[in-house]
Amino acid sequence: MTEQVRLTVNGVAHEITVEPRQLLVHALREDLGLTGTHVGCDTSQCGACTVQLNGAAVKSCTVLAVQVDGGSITTIEGMAPEGGLHALQNAFWEKHGLQCGFCTPGMIMAAADLLAGNPDPTDDEIRHGIEGNLCRCTGYQNIVAAIREAGSTLRAGAPVPAGAQD
Amino acid sequence: MATDVLGARIKRVEDPRFITGKGRYLDDIKLAGMTYMSILRSPYAHANIRSIDTAAARAMPGVVLVLVGADIPYNPLPMAWPAGGVAGIRNNINTPRVLATDSVKWTGEGVAAVIAETVAQAVDALEAIVVEWEPLPVVVDAEKATQPGAPQLHENAPNNVVFEWTVGDKAGTDAALEAAPVIVRQRIVNQRLIPNPMEVRGDIGVYNPGTDEYTIWMSSQTPHIQRLLLSAFVMGIPEHKIRCISPDIGGAFGTKIFCYADMALCLFASKALNGRPVKWVETRRENYQSTIHGRDHITYLEIAGTREGEITGLRVKTYANLGGRLSTIGPGIPTTLYGRVLSGCYRIPNVYCEVTGVYTNTTFVDAYRGAGRPEATYVIERAMDLFADEIGLDPAELRRRNFIAPDKFPYDNPSGLGTASNGEKIYIDSGNYEPAMDMALATAGYASIDKAKADARARGKYLGIGLSTYIEVCGVAPSKWIGAVGEGWGAAMWESANLKIHLTGKVVLTMGTQPQGQGHETTYAQIVSSELGIPMDDIIVQHSDTQGTPFGYGSYGSRTASVGGTAAVKAAGKIREKARQYAAHMLEAAVDDIEVVGAEYRVKGSPEKMKTLQEVVFALDLGFSLPAGMEPYLDETAYYDTPNCTWPFGTHVAIVEIDEETGKVDLVRYVAVDDVGKKINPMIVDGQLHGGIAQGVGQALWEGAVYGDDGQLLSGSMLDYAVPRASWFPNFELGETVTPSPVNPLGVKGVGEAGAIASTAAVANAVIDALSPFGIRHLDMPYTAPKVWRAMHDKEARS
Amino acid sequence: MIPAAFDYARPTSLDEALVLLARGAGNAKVLAGGQSLLPLMRLRLASPGQLIDIGRIAELRTIRDLGGGATGIGALATYRDVLDSELATRNHPILATAIPMIGDVQVRNRGTLAGSIAHADPASDLPAILLALEGTLVIRSGNGERVVAVEGFFQGAFATDLGQDEILTEIRLPATPDGAGMAYRAIEQPASGYSMVGVAAVIGRVGDSIGYARIAITGAGNVAYRAMAVEAALLGSDGGAAAIEAAAAHATDGQVVGSDFNADAEYRTAMAQVYTRRAVEAALAAID
Repeated sequence: MTEQVRLTVNGVAHEITVEPRQLLVHALREDLGLTGTHVGCDTSQCGACTVQLNGAAVKSCTVLAVQVDGGSITTIEGMAPEGGLHALQNAFWEKHGLQCGFCTPGMIMAAADLLAGNPDPTDDEIRHGIEGNLCRCTGYQNIVAAIREAGSTLRAGAPVPAGAQD
Repeated sequence: MATDVLGARIKRVEDPRFITGKGRYLDDIKLAGMTYMSILRSPYAHANIRSIDTAAARAMPGVVLVLVGADIPYNPLPMAWPAGGVAGIRNNINTPRVLATDSVKWTGEGVAAVIAETVAQAVDALEAIVVEWEPLPVVVDAEKATQPGAPQLHENAPNNVVFEWTVGDKAGTDAALEAAPVIVRQRIVNQRLIPNPMEVRGDIGVYNPGTDEYTIWMSSQTPHIQRLLLSAFVMGIPEHKIRCISPDIGGAFGTKIFCYADMALCLFASKALNGRPVKWVETRRENYQSTIHGRDHITYLEIAGTREGEITGLRVKTYANLGGRLSTIGPGIPTTLYGRVLSGCYRIPNVYCEVTGVYTNTTFVDAYRGAGRPEATYVIERAMDLFADEIGLDPAELRRRNFIAPDKFPYDNPSGLGTASNGEKIYIDSGNYEPAMDMALATAGYASIDKAKADARARGKYLGIGLSTYIEVCGVAPSKWIGAVGEGWGAAMWESANLKIHLTGKVVLTMGTQPQGQGHETTYAQIVSSELGIPMDDIIVQHSDTQGTPFGYGSYGSRTASVGGTAAVKAAGKIREKARQYAAHMLEAAVDDIEVVGAEYRVKGSPEKMKTLQEVVFALDLGFSLPAGMEPYLDETAYYDTPNCTWPFGTHVAIVEIDEETGKVDLVRYVAVDDVGKKINPMIVDGQLHGGIAQGVGQALWEGAVYGDDGQLLSGSMLDYAVPRASWFPNFELGETVTPSPVNPLGVKGVGEAGAIASTAAVANAVIDALSPFGIRHLDMPYTAPKVWRAMHDKEARS
Repeated sequence: MIPAAFDYARPTSLDEALVLLARGAGNAKVLAGGQSLLPLMRLRLASPGQLIDIGRIAELRTIRDLGGGATGIGALATYRDVLDSELATRNHPILATAIPMIGDVQVRNRGTLAGSIAHADPASDLPAILLALEGTLVIRSGNGERVVAVEGFFQGAFATDLGQDEILTEIRLPATPDGAGMAYRAIEQPASGYSMVGVAAVIGRVGDSIGYARIAITGAGNVAYRAMAVEAALLGSDGGAAAIEAAAAHATDGQVVGSDFNADAEYRTAMAQVYTRRAVEAALAAID
């Protein structure tokens, strides 16, 4: 048995045919080729698969593709316009908020949710705000710094021009 | 340029692909006609396999191949680093087969594989395989496994002993302990850890029937070594018939150094399928059972000295749990990388260590971040605190009195880094331990800690402070020593670099090392930029593919910057020299008259007569006009064999608070002063320290692999194994001293492991310090709230 | 890991869902946010033959004002919906402080309160909170509707009073006495984030003494429970340190306290007492 699922991903409408058991993360990775969303565990702990579903961060390994029929999804690939960077992406780069990069897309998507609801979080609020995301490389310190920096950039309303670095 | 780039906090050139979701990790690769493999793993920790019925699985939808052990003609996996260095030492070696044939030795050993059109179909079909098991008695504890009557795992390993290895002067140490006025004894456990890189392991195997060649993408730290091991040792095919490629690696921490059964299995399956690609990616729970674990030592330590605080002897007996079968270099970790550095940064005249490697019905144990050195640091740093407590001396002062003095280098460590049969020996070449300790103590407020403790008591907390004054042997290793001493990969440990400057002046540096998140593409580019005066943007660093990179031993053991980096310096030097010669040709000057300033090749005394490197390259690469004997193109390869290891050191100080009612331990401050030599990119160095510290703190406070007596892994998923989260840590406060390594021209030492080596002991000592009001001298990690509460409660109940 | 195959249905009305569920005859499971069920299915610890996705049944999404300080939380209301609900958090301030302790941001964005209750994980925080609030549950089947107290609903670990053909459609939280203070305190099992022990307290004063006390504990017994002996000891007391301490000593009265490799029964018993005291103290401090 398969189902038709209509999804808008990063602003682009798709219609895919999936088994009901297909997880959203696999639909994104296998059917749509959006491999920036990662799978790091099988118990919904690590958050590497975090995407935004209708504006809220969710773990795409714990959502069935059929459940989000008609939904709108943003993945790491859709965070910024072509050639540009979102303030969070830029801050992760500036602050060395990543090493192996595997947790980074999920971490950025979770951070975006945090900053949307709390534009000026304390370090403690940031650390709790990313409690659903594991990183094994950074000890989190520079991730916290990056999110703090991105919050500041976003509050200032400064646009991040395409390709602007340094 | 040259001075600016080296040592600069330059943003990483790798990052744009990672922050935009364009990294390419193994599971991101999709090939035409790809099939997917899933492995059936033993539910028993010890059992004979009576039969395996795969008929139903073969008939399942989408299944293209089902394999059992008997189908695989390959050899067992290789043992690349048996315990060595001791005359006549015997290693009772048992390594895994690609799939188990007769028996399984741990929960999770692979017994069958299904290859299907989709992952889901492969997983579905696994459930249809019927195995008839004959369960056998189980032992999971290394010390118990060596006792009479314990279940026996292997016929060739009586009492489950893999090896009995010793280092140091037994008679001298026995005598020193006999004579010492003070001796402290303690049994300590360095618990088993699950490394948990965020990306699990995986492979894609492709056989080409047209060329009889194999290609494997692997999440590996060591593609060149895997090519050697798979071809010559496992599959029995020529080395040049295999190509190994490591794509982006999502963290490794040692787990991806080794030769795993799944690698050969994917290649075998692809050949059986006439060349269809076969992808296998482990699940996280599978990773917990069948990718290596770390640590797992039971140690009896004895430390002896005078009432005044002079340490005179250290005697250590360790049972090292190596699992049900041996991983690639499992025996090397608790021997060479542990026993030989036990005395740390102290001048202890008599050191003796015995290590018994043991088989148990558990997942194999091998190198995990620090690999042997965290275990050694934990032993000596706990021992120092125990001794200080015994004689009533401040732990920092005890350390101060026993540090190897700065004028004693090179220092011949008595636990012996070993003398090779050719007489080669290595020494601790440099260090200056007191300034680092003083800085760390001052930053942490050590002098006023009693007040902090009193303040904490008023809040219902017990505050403790702990030190770890560590050294680390890294930058492994001089081949003439590590090969000849009978330790290490059994061969060499040099590194390689190839540097090409193409016609347009763009530079390609190709390395034999293999990044897993450390930012090699940035740091190597900084080195080349500095050496040749070329902008970073004109340099690209390539690695990770045995086709097109020079042979290298890979990245682990904090060796990449010092050994690989120096190879890059040497390659750049060869380029510079050839460019200089060609500039002389172009400028019609004598070679000796050409001086190099950045990217300009000038005639001495006539700076207007010069050629830029760009101009030199263009002409030399075209080769229309060449001096006699010179070959066209700027393309140089260098191999670098380090004359010594490097010796980072430092002092880490942890401050913890324990809730008196719950036993919950909070890390409230963490100060680290490290001397890792010169830094190519301080931003990256800091990041490495952060991550290492977090992993070491994780061991002290939360992490632990726990087996039931039946060999089931109770901490079998992230729901039961506590990978630390952001909110559990404070900001780490980093300081530095800089003592350049005399070994290499960069003056670098290595930093990948330092944090993990130092931090566990610092936190452990802090927790024990916090518990000292209860009369607690030692407690085994991890210091979970229930365990600490129990310790406090039992002491209170008794008093 | 990938779940075993199943049939999928996405009814658009509750009645349709109930018909499908009855037809599923125990082989069908109701899917709302999926934050409890899907992890089990991925590990193939649960392999239902059919999932009935109630996610599109608009009538279940509501958070309703039941009047007089009471609130109805529909089956599809997520933790985040409740946190964002001025009505729910004003009526029951404990929700605003306790819900952020449950799961993580992503789970709270997707997970439903009703789903957690129906799943009945013995370490879940929510049952204790609902018990202390004296919540009731609206349960529908093809045969009609019944309303049961949260207390008594849990029959064991992952076992409830919910029939195979029934759907939990709403959680109702009655008004708490004016001026009552409420708090939730818990100690986490670090790996899972679930509570080793969690205690919810709703406390009201009458004059100088405690006139109202609802204490509920999760993680200690095999199901969350009301700590009646603690409540009895608190009632009429002055709410001072000694009274609280004495009351908290009864935290696990009558319970068989569980053990696992993370924490043994003795520890859980001790923590039930410690966290009962802390929750009661916090609730008293929160009294207007």
